[in-house]
Amino acid sequence: MPRPAQPWLIRATHWANLVLFTIMAGSGLRILIAYPFLGARGEQYGWYPLQGVRPPDALTIGGWLAGARHWHFAFAWLFAANALVYVTYLIASGEWRRRLFFPRRDARNAWETVLHDLRLRKEAPPPVGLYNGMQRLAYTGVLATAPLLVLTGLAMYKPVQLPHLTALLGGYDAARAIHLLVLVGLALFTVVHVIQVLLHPRTLADMTVGRDERPEEAP
Amino acid sequence: MTASTRRRFLATGLRSAGLVALGGLACDGSRPHTGFLGVMERVNERFQRAMFDPDRLAPELGEEAESPPGAFPAYKISKVFPVAPAGWALTVRGLVARPLTLSVPDLLRLPRAHTRVRHHCVEGWSAVASWDGVRLAEIARLAGVDERARYVEFRSFDSGYWSSWDLESALHPQTILAYGMNGAPLPTEYGAPLRLYSAVKLGYKMVKYLTEVSFLPVRTGGYWEDQGYEWFAGV
Repeated sequence: MPRPAQPWLIRATHWANLVLFTIMAGSGLRILIAYPFLGARGEQYGWYPLQGVRPPDALTIGGWLAGARHWHFAFAWLFAANALVYVTYLIASGEWRRRLFFPRRDARNAWETVLHDLRLRKEAPPPVGLYNGMQRLAYTGVLATAPLLVLTGLAMYKPVQLPHLTALLGGYDAARAIHLLVLVGLALFTVVHVIQVLLHPRTLADMTVGRDERPEEAP
Repeated sequence: MTASTRRRFLATGLRSAGLVALGGLACDGSRPHTGFLGVMERVNERFQRAMFDPDRLAPELGEEAESPPGAFPAYKISKVFPVAPAGWALTVRGLVARPLTLSVPDLLRLPRAHTRVRHHCVEGWSAVASWDGVRLAEIARLAGVDERARYVEFRSFDSGYWSSWDLESALHPQTILAYGMNGAPLPTEYGAPLRLYSAVKLGYKMVKYLTEVSFLPVRTGGYWEDQGYEWFAGV
């Protein structure tokens, strides 16, 4: 039975996530402006190269600290709910099989794709089903790190009521640093992701209006 | 892309843009208590109240955890740090059997509470100091708080800075009226002669330069809360 490359629930949650993630990132950066340092007062982390550097206003949402906090804590629920719908569908539909990274199937393919993209190998390895190995590795990496955003966010929101979670993450200030680092990681992913989509516009149509899986991928 | 795909693509895009615009109208960061943001603030308040455990204590930290001298910020509303008026005393009033007027010597005679916990500021920083004072629960007991009291309002002489709290957070064992900091009398910058300090709220809820504690049946607002900061602000 032909299956759409991107089933409608995946398309819907993907685009909802774009809007929600943009809101979370923009309001989060506006909150960061209020104290653009990492580490507690008087004990700021030496490893963080951007101590005191304000994120540019153009990247922020909410206008001021209270506005941004309200945006952030209002849309956090929608962001998490959307992610939950996606993950539930991913598991229940069996879609995880063709999307997640399995080293046996994907590791070699991922490596060959990297070599090809770096112009070190002439032929691109054929995608295995829906994606090539590197795509699976990248998307699985996002799915593996994104929950950290929610967990560190909860630890910062309720450091006293959630003492075990906060301690597990290394304390309030460590949770705050991880929260920002995961955002930076996901922003870098998004940059590469958008470049790849521009290079392969057909994937944009797949993710927007949906289309059957390409014939060469039929089992 | 075929023409029909392109049309569907455009239509989807327009619909999404419309939804986003509609959402934007309901979210005005300059008036965060209104619209969708206001609705979600009330949802979050319910969530925070449900999470609040009156018996859960914030971890008490060792002396080595204290922020270095001068690193703990001191904020104020007045242009200069306000100084207590002569004959200062704290008024305890509202729904109480015995309204109280407490001077600093009166407060020093009451059972002493000590706490050294992490302080969480709405701006995102944290810091640690130790605080000496009297549990607010002790003051409530002395005044004989009526069961109809559900909220507590704190007023100050710092250009009228104030805040109001839910009773449960106010009666938490780590919520104290502090007259000492880091083993010394409370300095002017940190709210002398008496300030509110608590493990379970963000810093802006902890009114410095206290003048009055009122036990009330209704919630009121606060200096920052009225401008758009959230009212519950638990941690």
